[in-house]
Amino acid sequence: MKVRFILNGKEVELDVSPFKRVIDVLREDLALTGTKEGCGEGECGACTILVDGRSKLSCLMLAPQLDGREVTTIEGIGSEDSLHPIQEAFIEKGAIQCGFCTPGMIMEALYLLKNNPELTRDEIRKGISGNLCRCTGYQKIVDAIEVAFIKTKRQDNLK
Amino acid sequence: MKKGKTEFIYEIGKSCSRYDAVSKVTGRERYAADYYSKDMLWAGVKRAGVSHAKIRDIDISKALSLNGVIKILTFKDIKGNNRVGVVKRDQPVLVEDKIRHFGDAIALIIAEGRDILKEAINLIEIRYDPLPPVFDPLEALKQGAPLIHEDNPDGNILLKGEIRKGRGEDAFRDCDEIVEANFSFAHQEHAYLETECGFAIYHEDSQILEIVASTQSPFRDRFEVAEALGIELDRVRIIAPYCGGAFGGKDGITVQCLLGLAAINCPNRPIKMWWDREESIISGVKRHPAKLHYRLGAKSDGIFHALSVDIYYDTGPYDHLGGAVMALGLEHSGGPYRIPHTHLRAWAVYTNSPVGGAFRGFGVPQVMGAMEQVVDMMADRLGICPLEIRLKNALIEGDENPVGMKLTTSTGLRECLESLKNHPWWKERKRWKSEVGRFKLRGIGVSSVFHAMGYGPVIPDTAEAKIELTDDGKIRVYAGVVDMGQGNASTYLQIAGSILNQTPKQMELVLPDTKRCLPSGSSSASRTTYTYGNALIRATLKLKEKILRRALDMLKSQDIEAIEILPGKIRDRDRGKEVSLRDISILMEEDERTERYLFKAPVCEEKVIEDERLSLHGIPHLIFSYGVHLAYVEIDRLTGEVEIKRYLTISDCGKILNPQLFEQQMHGGIAQGIGYALYEDFSVEQGRIKTDDLTTYIIPGARDIPDMESIAIELSEDTGPFGLKGSGEIAMNGPLPAISNAIADACGARIFTSPITAEKVLRALERREGGR
Repeated sequence: MKVRFILNGKEVELDVSPFKRVIDVLREDLALTGTKEGCGEGECGACTILVDGRSKLSCLMLAPQLDGREVTTIEGIGSEDSLHPIQEAFIEKGAIQCGFCTPGMIMEALYLLKNNPELTRDEIRKGISGNLCRCTGYQKIVDAIEVAFIKTKRQDNLK
Repeated sequence: MKKGKTEFIYEIGKSCSRYDAVSKVTGRERYAADYYSKDMLWAGVKRAGVSHAKIRDIDISKALSLNGVIKILTFKDIKGNNRVGVVKRDQPVLVEDKIRHFGDAIALIIAEGRDILKEAINLIEIRYDPLPPVFDPLEALKQGAPLIHEDNPDGNILLKGEIRKGRGEDAFRDCDEIVEANFSFAHQEHAYLETECGFAIYHEDSQILEIVASTQSPFRDRFEVAEALGIELDRVRIIAPYCGGAFGGKDGITVQCLLGLAAINCPNRPIKMWWDREESIISGVKRHPAKLHYRLGAKSDGIFHALSVDIYYDTGPYDHLGGAVMALGLEHSGGPYRIPHTHLRAWAVYTNSPVGGAFRGFGVPQVMGAMEQVVDMMADRLGICPLEIRLKNALIEGDENPVGMKLTTSTGLRECLESLKNHPWWKERKRWKSEVGRFKLRGIGVSSVFHAMGYGPVIPDTAEAKIELTDDGKIRVYAGVVDMGQGNASTYLQIAGSILNQTPKQMELVLPDTKRCLPSGSSSASRTTYTYGNALIRATLKLKEKILRRALDMLKSQDIEAIEILPGKIRDRDRGKEVSLRDISILMEEDERTERYLFKAPVCEEKVIEDERLSLHGIPHLIFSYGVHLAYVEIDRLTGEVEIKRYLTISDCGKILNPQLFEQQMHGGIAQGIGYALYEDFSVEQGRIKTDDLTTYIIPGARDIPDMESIAIELSEDTGPFGLKGSGEIAMNGPLPAISNAIADACGARIFTSPITAEKVLRALERREGGR
């Protein structure tokens, strides 16, 4: 079937099986391998993407659910030459080890930043509690999101 | 370009962001899991589904008739010895006649898509005659127990180790106090987020088999693939991208032989294999469960006098690295203490349990979990402070450790303990405990830890570094050791970059590839930065010398002291003249632009152990890292739930090259240790893993780990690169005992099994209340 949606700001149209998982559409059909699969059943959060601005697990969605939506993946938020403030904060605070949870973690962080006027460390921890990381012990990830939140808030205030 | 990658010159001892940080935060880093191609096939495995049985026959006919199934292969299709194993090759790639555990691989299926693959796997029928299984190491040692390998001369014993020092058990007679306890610790699953995966192609023209795999050991994999499949070593190329986590679970063969077998049977077609989470848990290796008996004797002043230890590691049906895990556990079983009389025994026992293998800590978290609790029990018995009893007995340089090796390298445990004594968290512990709320209990616990570095006295622990000035004037480092997430590859660039005064932008990195890099051993044993780093320093200095010599000619300078290397160029300090590295490279032949250096790690020259099998498996090591852990815990009296409120480590891991990466290692080790201590309740019933997904196997989430503090005392280890010792594993060894001791402090009851679930704590509290 035909599925049409906005992906990272550009319109795409695909002819895919209605039973294909969104994560497979992204990774296999669109070569967007930044979205990772860690469990395939919605437990680890590595496959987190934004659909109409809300964080979603792409391993639990089927291709037709994208139709008419606006989809953002890790590839769509910043590039090597112009990193997103969250990406910068992850680098600066050392929130990356193996990096396999990183894209999902950053997408979840982006959702948290956009939808919370205030964010304490506890709220950050609660917000990313659906994203598993086996390497970092989370502390530096929390540090990074905290810093990104303060920075983006300061920028918003300046506007 | 934003800061992080270009703006700094590499410097040793200063935090700098990882080289791989930008590619990882943008999703552009290509892991083994990210390899796809248009005409690619999928390969998958039919697993046994039973723990111990003789195969009667395998019916592949139904599966083979499915549209889209290309091939189904069994052991009959394997031309080589069909065996893998790091030390002892006792694991079949595909089972011939006997199933030894639930996850054994029986048949390999190659299909056009993943859905067909799954369907085909379900259609394969294995008919078998069940055999009586054995799952407990103590049962497996009994006369008449079912044999896992009928041809093993020692029955179900894979390896036994015994070390006696001083008067051994006899010395208990002279002790004023003796404490004794039995412990039982469960399996632990690695749960790396990237499950086992790879991508392979067999090029018919050149007869080269290329395998991209998520692996910690590409150079060893090449041997194992070649031997198992019966192809020449020089026909196998292994490429090892960054792993999406590994922690020991990818030290050895996972998908490599299966992918290779699929590829040589489907020439010129790319093949992908990617285990799903369930297959990863069922088939991958685990931390060995262990049963331990400890008996510690001391004088009335708290000085340790005698120790007797028996440890049984359940290694499952295959060696993998079980013998070496047992040996490292045995070597560490007496803790980092001076104990004149010891009798230490350990067994690695074959069973039909899941396969035991390497996992960060490598047999040591189990023994530290027991020893450090016995130490607290002794302190309690004698009425001595737990920190004081550790200070009294802590090893210092020149001491003999519990296996009888004289310590000749940096030994900083005492400094760690002294530092804890002065830390505010230690000083305010009593006040913190007294401020407990209603229905809560508070306790603090300490543990001392140590961890050996490298392969031990027999297996050569070597790395060969390669560094090149490219024809574009960049400095390219060929990493021979895998970066599984710990950041060693970034540290290699930091090492070379600091010697050559370069920025990250001037540097290039080649990740391990058996065709392009040089054999440098596995990413394991807390050795990667020590061994490869030592090699790289020397190779870089040689390259620097050559570059400066060439620059001297080009700048027509007289004095090598007057010229300096700067990012991308060389400058004559006195005259201000410059020449770019690119221009220098043009004048140099390719061989001249490349330098290599083979480093062999020093070993203990003293003969400490008579049993040669134990030396082969690593005893004794020469260099150890040390540390002390402090846990603050709060227990909910109504639910038994344990919350870690604060966690501190003070470590002697030598000099720290990059504080940010050091903290990452400490945090990660502590988090996995907290999971091991409290949450990860691995459940196996008759060899079948019940916790076969991340819904039932609970690893810590962001709310389960507190903010942690990691201090390094930074004693220099003179043999290390810039004074460094290994820090990859040691943090894993401390949480189980520190938390156990804190729980005992809080509720007056000790729990001798792991994980320490809320139910166990609640029962212990009830017992205590009932006893009053």
